[in-house]
Amino acid sequence: MTINLALEGRTLPPTVPYTVGVEKIREFARAVFAGDTTGAVAPPTFAIVIQQLTLDQLLDDPDVGIDFSKVVHGDQHFVYSRTIVPGDELTGQLTVTSVKSLGGNAMITADTVVTDRDGAHVVTATSTLVVRGGD
Amino acid sequence: MADLAVGDVVAEAAFHLTRESLVRYAGASGDFNPIHYRDDVAASVGLPGVLAHGMLTMGVAVQPVVDWAGGAEHIVDYQVRFTRPVVVDPVEGATLGVVATVGALPTDADPGVVRIDLAVTAAGRTVLGKAQVRVRLA
Repeated sequence: MTINLALEGRTLPPTVPYTVGVEKIREFARAVFAGDTTGAVAPPTFAIVIQQLTLDQLLDDPDVGIDFSKVVHGDQHFVYSRTIVPGDELTGQLTVTSVKSLGGNAMITADTVVTDRDGAHVVTATSTLVVRGGD
Repeated sequence: MADLAVGDVVAEAAFHLTRESLVRYAGASGDFNPIHYRDDVAASVGLPGVLAHGMLTMGVAVQPVVDWAGGAEHIVDYQVRFTRPVVVDPVEGATLGVVATVGALPTDADPGVVRIDLAVTAAGRTVLGKAQVRVRLA
């Protein structure tokens, strides 16, 4: 395992603002079998769209040393201040809060704080990723 | 909702996932990890088959609670642990079963918020642990 233990505490640059479209919400709602596909309000897990951008930043960083195909999602947690709605301009900023080695595996926990164009908190998405060893 | 008791079942549902569901979710979410659509890649990293995205399972499992609560705006907190992969057969797909139960009633520290616990299964086995939704009652 070549994961960089010094990652703990690192905060990545904020993502470019993402403008939430009604059709994107509808597409996501259909994909998660939501009852409401009007696009007026995003389903609870829609925040993953913004969080994914920050996780891609993390996984694409050569300094991080993670093989994407060996990543398994361990835990996920969302804490909401409000729902995401069409017209929102959302920015995500990821902080690595914990890096642990466990046997041949590594576990990384990261918080992505999602804010709107006024800088107000919308949702915090926390993921724990398990990077499987074995090579 | 005033008459809720711990252990009450508030919603139950079943969802059938196919490979099409996975591709649809990949596009909707932006998670294009090939273990969710390529058998050869899944096999090469030692998985039993193509898996549903954990976030697809999480996103689907909360929907019965969203409907019960009267909309996503009532969900204040949602967490899960992914304890078992959901293998999606290319022909048969996979069926997710969801049972949503009252886990905890509102407290003085958190008035108006009830905790709903989700039991989520595929092929008769539990796939999510500590799946908890905190719902602000209308």
